[in-house]
Amino acid sequence: MALLEVENLHIFYGHVHALKGITFHVNEGEMLTLLGANGAGKSTILRAVSGLLRPRQGRIVFDGKDITGLPAHQIVRLGVSHAPEGRKIFPTLTVEENLNLGAYSRWRDRTGVEESRRLVFRLFPRLAERRHQLAGTLSGGEQQMLAISRALMARPRLLLLDEPSLGLAPLLVRAIFKTIKEINAQGVTTLLVEQNARLALKLAHRGSVLETGNIVLSGTARSLLADERVRKAYLGER
Amino acid sequence: MQEFLQQVVNGLTVGSVYSLVALGYTMVYGILRLINFAHGEMFMVGSYLALSTVSVLGMGQVASGSLGGILLVFLISMTAVAGLGVLVERVAYRPLRRASRLAPIVSALGASIFLQNAIMLIYGTRFKVFPEKLIPQISWEVGGVKITLMRVVILVVSLLLMAALYTLVQKTQLGAAIRACALDHDTARLMGIDVDRIVSLVFIIGPALGAAAGVMVGMFYYQINFVIGWTYGIRAFTAAILGGIGNIPGAMLGGLILGVLETLGAGYISPGWKDAISFFLLILILIVRPTGILGERVAEKV
Ligand SMILES: Nc1ncnc2c1ncn2[C@@H]1O[C@H](COP(=O)(O)OP(=O)(O)O)[C@@H](O)[C@H]1O
Ligand SMILES: [Mg+2]
Repeated sequence: MALLEVENLHIFYGHVHALKGITFHVNEGEMLTLLGANGAGKSTILRAVSGLLRPRQGRIVFDGKDITGLPAHQIVRLGVSHAPEGRKIFPTLTVEENLNLGAYSRWRDRTGVEESRRLVFRLFPRLAERRHQLAGTLSGGEQQMLAISRALMARPRLLLLDEPSLGLAPLLVRAIFKTIKEINAQGVTTLLVEQNARLALKLAHRGSVLETGNIVLSGTARSLLADERVRKAYLGER
Repeated sequence: MQEFLQQVVNGLTVGSVYSLVALGYTMVYGILRLINFAHGEMFMVGSYLALSTVSVLGMGQVASGSLGGILLVFLISMTAVAGLGVLVERVAYRPLRRASRLAPIVSALGASIFLQNAIMLIYGTRFKVFPEKLIPQISWEVGGVKITLMRVVILVVSLLLMAALYTLVQKTQLGAAIRACALDHDTARLMGIDVDRIVSLVFIIGPALGAAAGVMVGMFYYQINFVIGWTYGIRAFTAAILGGIGNIPGAMLGGLILGVLETLGAGYISPGWKDAISFFLLILILIVRPTGILGERVAEKV
């Protein structure tokens, strides 16, 4: 069953027509990756799903509920977490404060939040060591761990990840992707945006390719890895 | 030396009032990157509301006001002005949230002029006088420095309010949400924070603190006029810039420093220099260190 359904989504930035009628869905429990060159509209899709952008046209349905036009802070409460591009951790807040804010709308559920905290500290022990440090003093990799952890603190059913590998050393990227896989395996449906198409397709179940605001290709990860056009344009093969 | 200490004590008293008002400027700037030019008027309206409450309750006519009565004056004035702050934000600023940077400035000036004129029409243009007996005229001498009860009240109330604010902002989840909004509205939304509600909260806290300052200034100087919003506003604004606009401890520190410098200047140079000092200081900071004492470089929002 589809947990997220996006239908004919149109987004404008002023006069710029950034998404030109996007339709896709993410099934419960699966990982879908969105591929595409810089400026194709990947981040715009995530920002629309999490409610930061209002569609001009189209529908976004989460868990059977129409969430089109709902304010972002309410969408989080329904179970959609977004770890944005560039990490966007709060640098002058401590690691712990960042994590607590991730659970902002769960203030009634103290034991649940405590459980989530234990979970993220198990996934990323380094964050536990640095919980009292200002987030801005963390390394790039640790900041990415924090961004993902902060998103998990809302105990999402759908996790939106925007370029988690951005600016990280290859070894770290592999470690982070391994954790993302683990999170997905625990039942968190994942929508992954990545520049690193090879890695993303190894991890995801299905993928869609975006070009200037349109989905031009969709399929299982395996079929996309084998696709001539994908190999040329996104996997750097000739 | 004693005279110097006396000036410092006097300076700290006025300064703590500047700090309270400065907090309103700095918190609104922190969260909206907007100078709320109507903030001085919050202070002024707070003072007038205190005056009305005092006279309705008949306080200070024959005997000094009771502690409960004085607290009630603070409570009424702070609550009403907090409501006014929220109203001003809704009417004058929120509709312009996505407009150019100039539009809210014009709107702020409009709100300021509107409030000044409203008070002028209601209370008249002449100075209004607080009853002298309101706060008992007790004073103490400590090492040759004279301290009146009123000054103690101002210092203690200001410091308590600032300590409460500091605790809220630094130690609570709500405070973390305020700080998060000041850093990045969109990411704050992704945390589930209703940014509009945090903005309203800031427009409750700032004006309430400003009103408390207005109440104390009225009780301290006995007389108020509808222009005090401007005279105190510009000093508090200077204090906020001095400490680093957007920085909460900075506003507290900036107010105290400005108060002391101003009092020393008035005492050692000439009272006529009092106004000049704060303007001179404002210009000097803007040239030498625009980020203020505690301010880091403000990441301008695009
Ligand atoms: N804030 C914005 N204002 C105007 N145009 C934008 C804005 N953000 C993105 N765009 C434009 O929308 C298109 C899609 O951008 P984006 O979703 O960020 O692409 P991607 O994430 O795939 O690199 C690009 O052409 C980009 O220039
Ligand atoms: Mg992007």
